[in-house]
Amino acid sequence: MSGIVHTVTTDWGQMFPLLVENLGLTLYMVVVTLIIGGLLGLVLGILLYTTRRGNILQNVVVFNVLNVVVNIVRPIPFIILIATLGPLTLAVVGTTIGSNAAIFAMIVGATFGIARIVEQNLVTIDPGTIEAARAAGAGPWRIIFTLLVPEALGPLILGYTFVFIAIVDMSAIAGVIGGRGLGDFAIQYGYARFNWEITFAVVVVIVVLVQLVQFLGNWLARKALRR
Amino acid sequence: MPTIVQFEAVSKTFETKQQTVTAIDGIDLSVEEGEIFGVIGYSGAGKSTLVRLVNGLERISAGRLLVDGQDVGRMRESELRKVRLGIGMIFQQFNLFQSRTVAGNVAYPLRVAGWKKPDRDRRVAELLDFVGLLNRAHDYPDQLSGGQKQRVGIARALATSPKLLLADESTSALDPETTQEVLRLLQKVNRELGVTIIVITHEMDVVRSIADRVAVLEHGKIVEQGAVFDVFSNPQTDTARRFISTVIRNQPSDNDLDRLQKAHTGRIVNVEIHESLRIGSILSHAFSDHGVQFEVVYGGIGAIQERSFGSLTLELDGPETSVDALIAQLGSVTTVEEVRA
Repeated sequence: MSGIVHTVTTDWGQMFPLLVENLGLTLYMVVVTLIIGGLLGLVLGILLYTTRRGNILQNVVVFNVLNVVVNIVRPIPFIILIATLGPLTLAVVGTTIGSNAAIFAMIVGATFGIARIVEQNLVTIDPGTIEAARAAGAGPWRIIFTLLVPEALGPLILGYTFVFIAIVDMSAIAGVIGGRGLGDFAIQYGYARFNWEITFAVVVVIVVLVQLVQFLGNWLARKALRR
Repeated sequence: MPTIVQFEAVSKTFETKQQTVTAIDGIDLSVEEGEIFGVIGYSGAGKSTLVRLVNGLERISAGRLLVDGQDVGRMRESELRKVRLGIGMIFQQFNLFQSRTVAGNVAYPLRVAGWKKPDRDRRVAELLDFVGLLNRAHDYPDQLSGGQKQRVGIARALATSPKLLLADESTSALDPETTQEVLRLLQKVNRELGVTIIVITHEMDVVRSIADRVAVLEHGKIVEQGAVFDVFSNPQTDTARRFISTVIRNQPSDNDLDRLQKAHTGRIVNVEIHESLRIGSILSHAFSDHGVQFEVVYGGIGAIQERSFGSLTLELDGPETSVDALIAQLGSVTTVEEVRA
């Protein structure tokens, strides 16, 4: 035996249930974030798009405020965002550690990321179709729900698929504040104990998960785009 | 005929950071119920802005604008939405909803108007039958040709049975044959359903084909307006003349005249041809009455609003006074213009 690489025998009878439990925790954090952050991000993205100059809810003040806030939050690396949000997390969740504290930080991060993705996809809609809806007597809210969202649905699904993977990435960092999950499991049981088998198993699980979601997203987007 | 759209000294300005742009500059115009009214102008003349003022997609900056008796210039956006239910609009790029089927596109204004599903379905079928696309109801817009897309656009615009249809460059993206097909459909809409149509275009051929009256727009002002035949047969402005020359190429250009004068020894005259003029009978007696020989060297005769109209360029050969006499005889029944070297 040479160097620092030790051969560790993995007790899979003990580790497998832990892997499954942590997979469950990751899925819990990711799904809750995707649902809440996804909705908030959708609302924020739609507001960013519609309050822009010349658009259906044109409002210079609202647009500029939202735009600046998004630009401030988005570039903050997630691990620093978790720390920055500490006091707010304490006020909202009641604690700064654990899965729920991690979810709060993930929702904040995801919301602002999704807002830009939604906005960017809405920008690609032909303004002529919005004009046609206005000419038919439709108001701004009807245009948002019966035109903007359906017209951009395919790209939006792909955008959300992309975001899902980014959230899985975020969830791996959740271990820092005791959020547990697959990332934490790989660090604690794999990396820290020189057990490459565990690390490798976690990587395989995450890759399979991401592949499944990407496949599902592509399939749904293709249905929405009818291609 | 009652007036359906009335512009009274209407102006529209756009404010940008650097300057104020006047798109529409004090326009007076009235469109009567049941007619097809053409507005022609080059790009940038303000045509698209003009038509968008009618349904309030753009708001007037000054003046008064009455649509079906309602003062749309002073309405709030929420009131305008109700007015828009009574005004259809079609577009150059069709602007169909890609995420909806043909039937879904046509049903959209009906949903906005709050129609129940069975009523909507019945109306959509009726409209698609009218535009000849009943068999394409479940297709998506990207499966249709340009002409078919515009027919869907027309069906959608007519869904709520509007009295007024705004057509913004509705054939400019179509090839000549499809253009004629869409123009025939618009004519059918006007004649069978009694819908008043305002047609915005830069193509004189569109005006000639379907419009009853026309206004020529330039730099936000109307420089000429009247019955299409009158404007065509007696244009008052260079802009109108240029538009007319794009469809009626019966007047020789300067180059043509140079060539004609070199090739012919006689005097060259342009004679305007109209419905009641019996040019053939005058010319067939030209030699016996005046001793003048004639040759037709240029020209053409077509129809505008189902009336013959055109111009012939003649070479007249004979003694000076005899040719003068013939020109005077022609001049008593139509416009004759002698082309001098």
